[in-house]
Amino acid sequence: MAYSEKVLDHYSNPRNVGSFAKDEPNVGTGVVGAPECGDVMKLQLKISDDGVVEDARFKTFGCGSAIASSSYVTELVKGKTIDDVMKIKNTHIVQELSLPPVKIHCSVLAEDGIKAAIADWKRRREDAKGERKAAS
Amino acid sequence: MTTKAVYLDNHATTPVDPRVLEVMLPYFSQTFGNAASRSHGFGWEAEKAVDQAREQIARLINAKAKDIVFVSGATEADNLAIKGVVEFYKDKGNHVITAVTEHKAVLDTCRALERKGLATVTYLPVDRYGMVDPDAVRRAITDKTVLVSIMYANNEVGTINPIAEIGKIAREKGVLFHTDATQGVGKLPLDVDAMHVDLLSMSAHKIYGPKGVGALYVRSKNPRVRLAAIIDGGGHERGMRSGTINVPGVVGFGKACELCQESMADEGQRVLRLRERLKDLIFTQLDEVYLNGHPLHRLPGNLNVSFAYVEGESLLMGLNGSVHPIAASASLPPIAVSSGSACTSATLEPSYVLKALGVGDDLAHTSIRFGIGRFNTDEEIDYVAERVVSEVRRLRELSPLYEMAKEGIDLKSVAWQRE
Repeated sequence: MAYSEKVLDHYSNPRNVGSFAKDEPNVGTGVVGAPECGDVMKLQLKISDDGVVEDARFKTFGCGSAIASSSYVTELVKGKTIDDVMKIKNTHIVQELSLPPVKIHCSVLAEDGIKAAIADWKRRREDAKGERKAAS
Repeated sequence: MTTKAVYLDNHATTPVDPRVLEVMLPYFSQTFGNAASRSHGFGWEAEKAVDQAREQIARLINAKAKDIVFVSGATEADNLAIKGVVEFYKDKGNHVITAVTEHKAVLDTCRALERKGLATVTYLPVDRYGMVDPDAVRRAITDKTVLVSIMYANNEVGTINPIAEIGKIAREKGVLFHTDATQGVGKLPLDVDAMHVDLLSMSAHKIYGPKGVGALYVRSKNPRVRLAAIIDGGGHERGMRSGTINVPGVVGFGKACELCQESMADEGQRVLRLRERLKDLIFTQLDEVYLNGHPLHRLPGNLNVSFAYVEGESLLMGLNGSVHPIAASASLPPIAVSSGSACTSATLEPSYVLKALGVGDDLAHTSIRFGIGRFNTDEEIDYVAERVVSEVRRLRELSPLYEMAKEGIDLKSVAWQRE
């Protein structure tokens, strides 16, 4: 299978690889996929109080297209509001990376990953609020 | 350091040996006759060449030359053996015994017969090394059984089946025994009489011969095996396979067999040493790598390894890197291997062979098959080991699973979000 230049570029020079500390405030973590399916993505977003993605990290177990999809979304989301991030569609990733039909699931996983990260961030904020209320 | 691409996918195919190519060339445009033309020298010359090849091939498996039926390859040989026996012996029975780790050419042939209602098939399980238990074959035989089809050596994990024992059982029970010996021929000793083999599939391109030519050995005596032909026509090959013989291909196939026979012991030792060297270099430098298949009873050139936490296709991509102009490893020669990962197949299912050995889907996705052959060198093996170790380390740094495992998280206990 021939890979697109963009997939090769992200695979060879992945952007924003790594992990934020789990207990860091303002970090939302999304882990999607399963080892027995051959793809697991961990996407982390650092989001400001006014809902802007300040930074992103990823780690991915998966094929080259999965690594490229996650690397690409970490670049894509930076500087965006969470409302804009929620509007990102997998089809955009497919187009940008020229993914063939058999690799569409990689883009779906990346979309799910960022959304899971935002959901996690929201949940943690709610929890924190709840704790503050309970304390007062 | 090696400067050209390293080919370690010798189970898929092999390059034509220059000595094979040399003997083939005159048969394209000089001695081009049809081996079935009986009325002139062009035909006689071609027939002579085909007969010589038949001898060379038969000698490698200790068969009679006239029992060699030329076909297009091992897939056709498997189809002819199984469909041919089931059709011909339909009044005797309709039961076939095979194993879950067989090549698709056997499995899909069996499934096609089942679908058409022409046969019932028992798919025997294998042990965790991929080996078929001869006693399981014995227990599966019924009075309706017409054929046992068990491969000699597996194409993915290299495990060698005890076909001599299986052949003996089949013979005792009066059931025909077919073996798909595509991967074993020329690399492992084969004797169709001593092993009680009645039908045997082989292919030229796995043993440094040309693609598009293979053979089915069909025992003509003690017992005489009968087959219904799949391809009808001029009645070539004792009526079992009509169609003009691929003379240059057959000549090359014959030479390839002769070369294998001459060098089998030495080459086997040399390839085995390279395999063990690659294995040692990988296993001493990386943690959490697992050998798939049998530690001893395996093809000398086969190494199948799961690299936990690194998906197979991503590793292939790293090893292949330099065929792509902008890959990080642009200056490094590419390495050709294959993977049992789903991502390399059209189905998105990981290898059914590894599954049959009880390898979990998670580890099946991380498997790489190295196929070492005649033309590989020590230098290449050292280079491959170095690249594999560095790519696995790099990809593990990218892998959330490796990170979690290092943190002490039991990956089996995680509630994964499945698609």
